[in-house]
Amino acid sequence: MAKGLLGYKIGMTSVYVGDKLVPVTVIKAGPCVVVGKKTVDKDGYNAVRLGFVEVKPEKLNKPEAGVFKKNNVPAFKYVREIRDMDGEVGDKVTVEIFKDDKKVKVSGYSKGKGFSGVVKRWGFHGWPKTHGSEATRRPGSIGAGSTPGKVLKGHHMAGHSGTYWTTISNLEIVKVIPEKDVILVKGNVPGSEKSLLIIRA
Amino acid sequence: MDEIRAIEQEYFKKDIPEFHVGDTVRVHVRIKEGNKERIQVFEGTVIARKHGGINETFTVRKNSYGVGVERVFPLHSPMIKKIEVKRLGDVRRAKLYYLRSRVGKAQIVKEKKATKK
Repeated sequence: MAKGLLGYKIGMTSVYVGDKLVPVTVIKAGPCVVVGKKTVDKDGYNAVRLGFVEVKPEKLNKPEAGVFKKNNVPAFKYVREIRDMDGEVGDKVTVEIFKDDKKVKVSGYSKGKGFSGVVKRWGFHGWPKTHGSEATRRPGSIGAGSTPGKVLKGHHMAGHSGTYWTTISNLEIVKVIPEKDVILVKGNVPGSEKSLLIIRA
Repeated sequence: MDEIRAIEQEYFKKDIPEFHVGDTVRVHVRIKEGNKERIQVFEGTVIARKHGGINETFTVRKNSYGVGVERVFPLHSPMIKKIEVKRLGDVRRAKLYYLRSRVGKAQIVKEKKATKK
């Protein structure tokens, strides 16, 4: 059965695992509450809706607040679905669910990079910086001439980069600290500090 | 940020003696050779302490048969068994990189005398 949790990134540090210093990301995950369910019969798929960061119902608009009122659960700032997860409405979910897991997936919005050129956005190698070159970070040719007579669709060019939903899989769990609602995973996760993350196993 | 500091705190070593740049120290390092493990001692002058928190390191310089040898140790590493302070140094710099260009007796740091009260 799949399981997941909402959290936010606190930052990065290093910890010793055995004799080695390991880079870790500190994620504040949960506690979440199951605020709703989706079932195959009614919605076509099974899922659990998790709420994270409790807020006053007055802070939400009426349709949003009504969903929580109907299920008789507190109101939350973030609500996200986790597919094929167990749980009944009102259940509390904490980091303890990852206690026996070795690896997790972490999804989030990547850091925004604004309007970027092809070197940053697509990893083009650019052109020489010296020897009279005047095209250091330009893309170069974007296609052939009369045939096809147009630039093919989907060609890599400059444009807005970052701020897209992305997932990093196979992140090793270094430590789970239930008292602090904190989970340490090896390596980096998407997004800036304090940004919303979905952790799944 | 405070939460990160609190998590790092658990991995800090509690038994590190107070030592400063300029001091002469004996560092007991665990060396792994295959399955066997032994302790090696590296003795020299501390010429730098860098970074902070869990990533703090210190650089020890010694002269081995006329060749200068420097080793950088992570302060909180489990590979370091013990640090002994042999001699306190009297220095006015935070980094003693100038010792690298010194030859012979000039590379010895003056000893700190106990202050009279």
